[in-house]
Amino acid sequence: MEWETVIGLEIHAQLSTNSKIFSGSSIAYGAQPNTQANLVDLGMPGVLPVLNKKAVEMAIRLGLAIDAEIAPKSVFARKNYFYPDLPKGYQISQYELPVVANGHMDIELEDGTVKRIGITRAHLEEDAGKSLHEDFHGKTGIDLNRAGTPLLEIVSEPDMRSAKEAVAYMKKLHALVRYLGVCDGNMQEGSFRCDANVSVRRPGAEFGTRAEIKNLNSFRFIERAINHEVERQIDLIESGGKVVQETRLFDPDRDETRSMRGKEDANDYRYFPDPDLLPVEIRAEDIEAVRATLPELPAAKKQRFMDEFGLNNYDADLLTQNREVADYFEAVAKACGDAKLAANWVNGEVSKMLADNELEISASPVGSEALVELLKRIQDNTVSNKIARDVFAAMWNGEGSADEVIDKKGLKQITDTSAIEAVIDEIIANNPKQVEEYRSGKDKLFGFFVGQAMKASKGKANPNTLNDILKKKLEG
Amino acid sequence: MSKADSIHTLSLKGIHDGVHSGAFSVMEVTDAYLDRIERFNPELNAYITVTRDSAKAQALEIDNRIRKGELSGPMAGVPYALKDLFCSEGVRTTCASNMLSNFISPYDAHVAAKLKAAGGVLLGKNNMDEFAMGSSNETSAFGVVRNPWDTNKVPGGSSGGGAATIAARLAPMTLGTDTGGSIRQPASFCNITGIKPTYGRVSRYGMIAFASSLDQCGPMAPSAEDCAITLNVIAGLDVRDSTSVDRTVPDYTATLNDSIEGLKIGLPKEFFADGLDAQVGVVIERAIKEFEAKGAIIKEVSLPNSHLAVPVYYVVAPAECSSNLSRFDGVRFGHRCEDPKDLRDLYERSRWEGFGDEVKRRIMIGTYALSAGYYDAYYLKAQQVRRLIKQDFESAFADVDVIMGPSCPTTAFGLGEKKDDPIAMYLEDLYTIPVSLAGLPGMTFPVGFAADGLPVGIQLVGNYFEEARMLNIAHQYQQWTEWHTQVPTKFA
Amino acid sequence: MSISAEEVKKVAHLARLAVPEEQLEGYVRNLSNILNLVDQLSAVDTTGVEPMAHPLDMMQRLREDVVTETNHREKYQSVAPEVENGLYLVPKVIE
Repeated sequence: MEWETVIGLEIHAQLSTNSKIFSGSSIAYGAQPNTQANLVDLGMPGVLPVLNKKAVEMAIRLGLAIDAEIAPKSVFARKNYFYPDLPKGYQISQYELPVVANGHMDIELEDGTVKRIGITRAHLEEDAGKSLHEDFHGKTGIDLNRAGTPLLEIVSEPDMRSAKEAVAYMKKLHALVRYLGVCDGNMQEGSFRCDANVSVRRPGAEFGTRAEIKNLNSFRFIERAINHEVERQIDLIESGGKVVQETRLFDPDRDETRSMRGKEDANDYRYFPDPDLLPVEIRAEDIEAVRATLPELPAAKKQRFMDEFGLNNYDADLLTQNREVADYFEAVAKACGDAKLAANWVNGEVSKMLADNELEISASPVGSEALVELLKRIQDNTVSNKIARDVFAAMWNGEGSADEVIDKKGLKQITDTSAIEAVIDEIIANNPKQVEEYRSGKDKLFGFFVGQAMKASKGKANPNTLNDILKKKLEG
Repeated sequence: MSKADSIHTLSLKGIHDGVHSGAFSVMEVTDAYLDRIERFNPELNAYITVTRDSAKAQALEIDNRIRKGELSGPMAGVPYALKDLFCSEGVRTTCASNMLSNFISPYDAHVAAKLKAAGGVLLGKNNMDEFAMGSSNETSAFGVVRNPWDTNKVPGGSSGGGAATIAARLAPMTLGTDTGGSIRQPASFCNITGIKPTYGRVSRYGMIAFASSLDQCGPMAPSAEDCAITLNVIAGLDVRDSTSVDRTVPDYTATLNDSIEGLKIGLPKEFFADGLDAQVGVVIERAIKEFEAKGAIIKEVSLPNSHLAVPVYYVVAPAECSSNLSRFDGVRFGHRCEDPKDLRDLYERSRWEGFGDEVKRRIMIGTYALSAGYYDAYYLKAQQVRRLIKQDFESAFADVDVIMGPSCPTTAFGLGEKKDDPIAMYLEDLYTIPVSLAGLPGMTFPVGFAADGLPVGIQLVGNYFEEARMLNIAHQYQQWTEWHTQVPTKFA
Repeated sequence: MSISAEEVKKVAHLARLAVPEEQLEGYVRNLSNILNLVDQLSAVDTTGVEPMAHPLDMMQRLREDVVTETNHREKYQSVAPEVENGLYLVPKVIE
């Protein structure tokens, strides 16, 4: 009998503000322990929270991008539980009235179809500190620098039906928050974290009991963790057991999820409106002000790239995953006037080199203007596309501009027909047998002559000219 | 009588004028009060901490600055005390709890910083009910406070130490806090003047929270004028407190002498019904007659839901406190138990040992009221009834300018008398709690003595932000009468 | 309404208070008395009444996103029960 997997994701995105959500402490990553924890972050007796305006604006920003409702009145609540990295004994979060509700995002499945994933809500809350379990004579150390860092918790509907869909959704959302400039998306530093609610059921049946897998901090882990959890649940049910609602932790080393004991008894969070904070009013003009600063969103940009530049779906999609990449492409396409050529290069050589070197496009050694110079040399037949790749590699290594490299290395294409004719004459003279075979109908051998000629010209012969002359000469 | 012997009889204005005219120095004033504290505090236990050395250092500095003309405001050179829940930098701030018995605050509360900057001299920190939870000052981990009018009686609470301090003139002014009556009830029991301003009028930053939506800080002093001078310094917007109100602060001293002729005073009939001790009722009614004789118009009003205020309060305040007090976990500050065997032991034992009975009771009631399955029946219901209580006041204020009635149903009760009966203790606050729930300003000033010889305070409730009018009314009364100048013989 | 010993234990645990067995009875009695007092509320008709979380009908003020704080670790940790290398120490937390 078949099983259907049901997945909902809760994603925590750390907002790229300067200061914390309720205090003026810095949120910069990597500071010495507890040097960025002020009175408010430490939960000292008598201190009070004041809400960061930027955090609210960023929540609205995301809300608009996922076509959600922005609450005109939003309320902060206390989530009460004891944990050493939670200084006040409660987390300030949102419960009944989150800033963002009822949005959605479309993901593309492997077969090319589009699936809409509902986003129930996105609410603002404060992050907790960190517990360090290295050995302090058998004790745990607490660093509260992270306590109070603004988080946007983005909660999806249980709309995903496979680990692959979950990954596609998470990737899309990851691209979106970076696009919007609300989160740096750095998963290693924990800026973008995911908890997955996973259950299985017979198709058409009621939802099964779900387990929550905590702290999935890479796209690879989430797929593996979900698949293992699904297997575990199916095995459990098929062997007569029952799934219990609980929190589980994915252990990437052992490739399994395991129950987090000890957190279960703390799940009566006693939410109530935080009396230290008043309702947040978001007026229509506040929303419009944020909307005015919104960048063109990926979907709209993709459509425009297809309409304006005649790109195909695949190229346009790749180019709009990341805002900086899209901007880079657009600059190159406009300056060189050949969008297809620009797209091939940005999705090809540029992306490959960035990936190989683990660089963001903003750190590319070959900027958009430098690339344009190179593409112009392809367009004016100074170099072939193939030679241009060598030129690009040299530019990447800092050997100079396109023209400098071409000049220095003598890569300028040979367009002089007499020079090419001389090369071809020699090849024909040296390979009488092949010429004979070609002339008796073995067309395939044409490639052999092209290869020989290119080799003899060290790749610099203009391929079109070479083809023309070769054809004439062989036909004799 | 030597200068030093009479300094404690001076008003804030008297002290200010004296130190600025050179009649005496700030050091002399400070010494006079420190001497009185040394002499009388052992009997009253009104102070938990006396900041003798820093007070003298401050006095010296302020004397210098006054001489150089750098300081001249109404608070310059005036000694004061603080309830021991206001954080004061470098000074032990205990909340009268074993939880914080060694807590040296690393920062100043907003009001503490304001008084400091205005040139006041901090004499010390007043005893109180633990975490401001109590109406008798008997829940303090630092021992009971005795009422200067009868040392076998309680001074009221939770600002009991402050009330006793002012009654015995161990400071010319102190700041208290009022969550359900904690300024007004002890002020009434101790024959002093105290005002709880409108919620949001004074910043709560640095005031260790009991119930955040109710707590409000206010001055306690012999007279309304002293309270007005103090409120001028501490009131106003503080952006560190999101509930602090951005609204112009009037000069509360400017209107003290306005006429009260034609003032419409409402008497809530529910405050004069069963439950009010007859000997208190007599004194209150006499005071009302005095207002009437001076041209005030007396009207009966009704606050039909006021009997529900105590039940509402005992849901809302514990709910908020249960969460506010979670930060006392033995990790970053405060009491930590010996050799915790694991995390749970650290929490449960530190908190059990650190908090006293009443605090633990309220934490548990609040936790219960917020827990799954009970939230709607208790917390939500209480918040709804709270609105009904507020609406009662709104209707009443459509007809009258201010409301008057008793501050407390009885005069000061005996030490230990209600200690083991929390409910009886809670009902002591039945006239003050409705005002707190509505967030309205309320004050108490002395209007005479009951048959048992103990003081009686009248409660005056104004509409939102009507503190100036209230202080004016109390000040006028204090121009005709001398109740507020009465001091127990022993402390005269 | 009265509260049972079991419920008191549960609440005490949620609040992280170690009530000794011999004191349980006292808490059951006192908390039940308080709940009886509070039970008057259940008789009140509050249909359509909006819960009142704050005394004043004000909206939240927002703070500009500016870093205003500097490091005061030493001062703030001077009141801590146990610190090492700038970290607060607690008994080993088992995940």
